[in-house]
Amino acid sequence: MSRTLILRSRKDRWSIKLNTRVLVVTGVLAVLLAVSSVLALTSGSHPTSVLEVLGTLTAPNQSELALIILEIRLPRILMAILVGAALGSAGMILQGLVRNPLASPDVIGITSGASAAAVLFLWLGGVTGTSLLLAPVAMGGAFVVALGITALAWQRGISPARLVLVGVGLAAGLTAVTTLLLVLSPDATAMNAYIWLTGSLYASQWHDVTALAPWLMVCWPLALIKLRHLDAQSMGEDMALGLGSALQGHRLLFLVLAVALAGSAVAYAGAVGFIGLIAPHMARRLVNSGHTGLLPIAALIGALILLYADWVGRVAFIPRDLPAGIFVAGIGAPFFVYLLYRLRRELG
Amino acid sequence: MLTTPPAKMLGTLLCLGLLLAATVSSLIFGHIPVSLAMLINSLTDYDPGSLEHLVIHSERFSRTVTSVVVGAGLAIAGALMQTLTRNPLASPGILGINAGAMFFVVVGATLFSLTSPSQLVWAAFIGAATAAVLVYFLGQEAGRGVSPVRTVLAGVAVTALFVSFAQGLLILNQDRFESILFWLAGSVSGRDLDAIAPLLPLFGGALILALLLSRQLNLLGLDDEVIRGLGLRVGQVRLLIGLVVIVLAGTSVAMAGLIGFVGLIVPHMARGLFGTDHRWLLPLSAIIGATLLLAADTLARLVIPPQEIPVGVMTALLGTPLFLHLARHVRKVS
Repeated sequence: MSRTLILRSRKDRWSIKLNTRVLVVTGVLAVLLAVSSVLALTSGSHPTSVLEVLGTLTAPNQSELALIILEIRLPRILMAILVGAALGSAGMILQGLVRNPLASPDVIGITSGASAAAVLFLWLGGVTGTSLLLAPVAMGGAFVVALGITALAWQRGISPARLVLVGVGLAAGLTAVTTLLLVLSPDATAMNAYIWLTGSLYASQWHDVTALAPWLMVCWPLALIKLRHLDAQSMGEDMALGLGSALQGHRLLFLVLAVALAGSAVAYAGAVGFIGLIAPHMARRLVNSGHTGLLPIAALIGALILLYADWVGRVAFIPRDLPAGIFVAGIGAPFFVYLLYRLRRELG
Repeated sequence: MLTTPPAKMLGTLLCLGLLLAATVSSLIFGHIPVSLAMLINSLTDYDPGSLEHLVIHSERFSRTVTSVVVGAGLAIAGALMQTLTRNPLASPGILGINAGAMFFVVVGATLFSLTSPSQLVWAAFIGAATAAVLVYFLGQEAGRGVSPVRTVLAGVAVTALFVSFAQGLLILNQDRFESILFWLAGSVSGRDLDAIAPLLPLFGGALILALLLSRQLNLLGLDDEVIRGLGLRVGQVRLLIGLVVIVLAGTSVAMAGLIGFVGLIVPHMARGLFGTDHRWLLPLSAIIGATLLLAADTLARLVIPPQEIPVGVMTALLGTPLFLHLARHVRKVS
């Protein structure tokens, strides 16, 4: 069913191997995402028809409806897509790097780093969570923690097993710090911080979209170019070295990519869990491909999960707007249990 | 390390002395300081009119007892799990057993309006058992048995699962924010002595069973075939130890919520001092665990008065460096 297309330049300067099944699945998921986004745009406390939405998107005007769709719903939906895609691809890269199907940005402490930094910031400033500085602070936290993990796990290079264990330990310590700050905060700040910790896209603005997008636009192409080295590593360290892959250098690069993707996503949407864990598995169930082919699929699946979770949180309990993170856990947890069962059968 | 029996006895006495000191300081330090004379006075001649006497009897006693029981329980559970899984990183906190118990307790408290610890403890047992079974099955790797890194990852993932469920419940029940945060953050305060008393017989039974199994535990460090050759029913012993762990961890969580790292670090301290013989290791783990939690709780009251730091946070801050040290030196396994 899946065929391989190979595109070559005239003198074999470059070549690209394309798997038809990857192309088809990517296309189907992209169409699904586009249709879902338009449908999500129609619903809210002020229902609109699909035609009205399409009309507003193609020919913007100054009406109240256009304001709701373009300034409130559209940025939020775009944020859900970008954040979900970033988390899905970060999880994919991490699982490939650590060669363990249970790794993800939240398990190895990257998310906890961002959370601790964000809660510290909210506590120090007593700010209400809308401050423009919150996102850069959280991203900084993610990078500092990733640096800490790498430094602590470094013994003549990074070993994936040590990386995971050190990440788990740091995550536990950082969670304690976060809890401490929450307990010390006044109730209102604590609740606010808690909603951030669960992951919410409430009140996403266009400037959030324009701040997040550049990160992803840098990380994704770089990942697509370099991911074949992860395929080499998955055959074992010796094989990767034999194929001419700079083992430690590439490990570091992939770690930085995963942190940048996950850190920027968490910075703008709060600590949404599970997407980084489950999206890569769903992608692997759909196609049997190397990491390069899996990246867009894992990203699209992550985007779909968060889009739907946020949609439910936004619409199902009007007038209350519940954090998307709850519903991601609601979708993610049952799948996770199924996944654990399957992994057990495959391995046992 | 102490090697000869007299040295070990002396070490044990020293640890008991420390436990006594920690107990006394847990009773006298706090927002309202009490002098030692006053403490003795309140024990021999209780005067309900005195504020200090009232504080000791109504608040500090229950708190001290909770710390001792929870500290000892978590430490023994950790020691048993480290032997059972042959994994130095195992503990009820890291492997998700506490989180499972905590989530079921939160569900019992919010959805079924259970309030007394003697009801909640059954929810905690179910949760602890669920998490233990999940992590046990997930930690296994094809052909190579149980892998430490894989088990830890499975434990962390299971913890993430239950904690995120509990957080979801927390946001849906904002009016019960305080009480759910209590379970999530872990605390030994605010438990009535009468409320925890019904849990003590169960707890004591599990403790005695663990001590009776010391000899079998000593053998579990050997290869499975050797153990069978020595005539030990490995499966039965493992199952019994698993049950003991679930009871100890479940009662601890039902009393005090999520308190991490006691179960991880105390067995390492006890092993460093008294060696790997479980006849020494288990009782000493209990003594050191109780001392550690008492000290952590007393410290948590004193750092930034009048506020208290949750004791779970204190133990996590103490335990993280040790975990990182162990993680760096665990043999490459996967």
